[in-house]
Amino acid sequence: VARVVIIGAGIVGAACAYFCARRGLTVTVLDRTAVAAGTTGGGEGNVLLSDKAPGPELTMALRSARLWLELAGSLGADTLELEHKGGLVVAATAAALAALHAFADEQRHAGIDSERLDPAALRTAEPHLARDLAGGVFYPADLQVQPMLAAARLLAESGAGLRLGCEAVGLRLDHEQVTGVRTSDGVIPADYVVNAAGAWGSRLGERFDAPVPVLPRRGFVLVTEPLPPLIRHKVYTADYVANVASDDAALQTSSVIEGTRAGTVLIGASRERVGFDKTTAIPVVRQLAAQAVRVFPVLAGVNLIRVYAGFRPYCPDHLPIVGPDPRVPGLLHACGHEGAGIGLAPATGELIAALIAGAEPSIDPAPFAPDRLVGAPL
Amino acid sequence: VTEFDFDGRSIRFTAGQSVGAALLSAGVRSWRTTRRGGRPRGIFCGIGVCYDCLIIVDGVPNERACLRPATAGLAVRSQTGTGHDDLAS
Repeated sequence: VARVVIIGAGIVGAACAYFCARRGLTVTVLDRTAVAAGTTGGGEGNVLLSDKAPGPELTMALRSARLWLELAGSLGADTLELEHKGGLVVAATAAALAALHAFADEQRHAGIDSERLDPAALRTAEPHLARDLAGGVFYPADLQVQPMLAAARLLAESGAGLRLGCEAVGLRLDHEQVTGVRTSDGVIPADYVVNAAGAWGSRLGERFDAPVPVLPRRGFVLVTEPLPPLIRHKVYTADYVANVASDDAALQTSSVIEGTRAGTVLIGASRERVGFDKTTAIPVVRQLAAQAVRVFPVLAGVNLIRVYAGFRPYCPDHLPIVGPDPRVPGLLHACGHEGAGIGLAPATGELIAALIAGAEPSIDPAPFAPDRLVGAPL
Repeated sequence: VTEFDFDGRSIRFTAGQSVGAALLSAGVRSWRTTRRGGRPRGIFCGIGVCYDCLIIVDGVPNERACLRPATAGLAVRSQTGTGHDDLAS
């Protein structure tokens, strides 16, 4: 039986472990800190179809959404806090609404259901929305999971050996073929090694002499005090899609607002390329809060209790890097999912497991293959 | 007079005391109930970290009693749940 060592105990590493174990592989997961302590813990739990244009990422997202539903069926939706929340994208102006409608029409051809909402229908869907919005589009298939809980659940279910506080420092090779991972705790034998280090995927690749172009983009999330249920869906403004797809290093913000089961409201989303700096930037917090109040005026009198930052692992062509590294036989990458890693994790894990087992993958692996980016400048 | 009102009762305090300290000195142990179980809550950590001692001060919910300085004439009210029932639709 092939031995697989997965580096990174976030949602992607957990999904890789789960699907590799289902194929009967022997799996060990190691992480230099703790479960979901890096990229995963700094996110929101988005499982979105609504923000993706037709193409390979949407294909992966569709497969992944189906897998999330199957996982909820077999593991229990409550154990993942999986909610069929639905996404509601709102537009402030007629021009933004026209662009949103055109985007939704393209997506419909790719199999994404959506429904146009006029201002009256918006108010029925979300009674606290600002009254002066031009309209919106509702995406019933958008889901939410609790990412830390889901990662822990998938790891437990996989039965993988878990080595926390264990840092990978290099590969052990025999005639250029991977035979193990050198770690802070000694060598762990492996036939396959998976780089699931999220935003740190590039640093890990360098340690393995197999660099991949993954850059961190910082995003802040604001957390309000617990409130009565006010916001039913995952609500975001139409400019979020453009910001995620942007290559700009400068600060960009759009509104992503949702309630949680705990009663807190989460407010995002910013994007900045500032390296691995997690210092709270008050001007960004202020801007996100002001935008949220513009969309949901009811939030004006509410306190924030917390702000957290995360790093979205960004690739130059906005697609994750999933598959075997052409330079190091036995090494695979599964990172670079930008802000969509929670949503895309199951399809990524399923693909990695199929590639290792030599089985037919459920989606075409070519668009995600590391080959395309090897040697690409950061 | 150095007193504030707590649910219709006068609470005396000394200069520099927090609302929470004054309430404890007056024998008041709890002034909030939890959102789900309706359990009583008062001072727990006493240093602003745990958010257990939430209370309504001059109409503003979720003030931390352990951090809020007591001042004369405050209208302090016990809190139920999120303190934001007025926002629910």
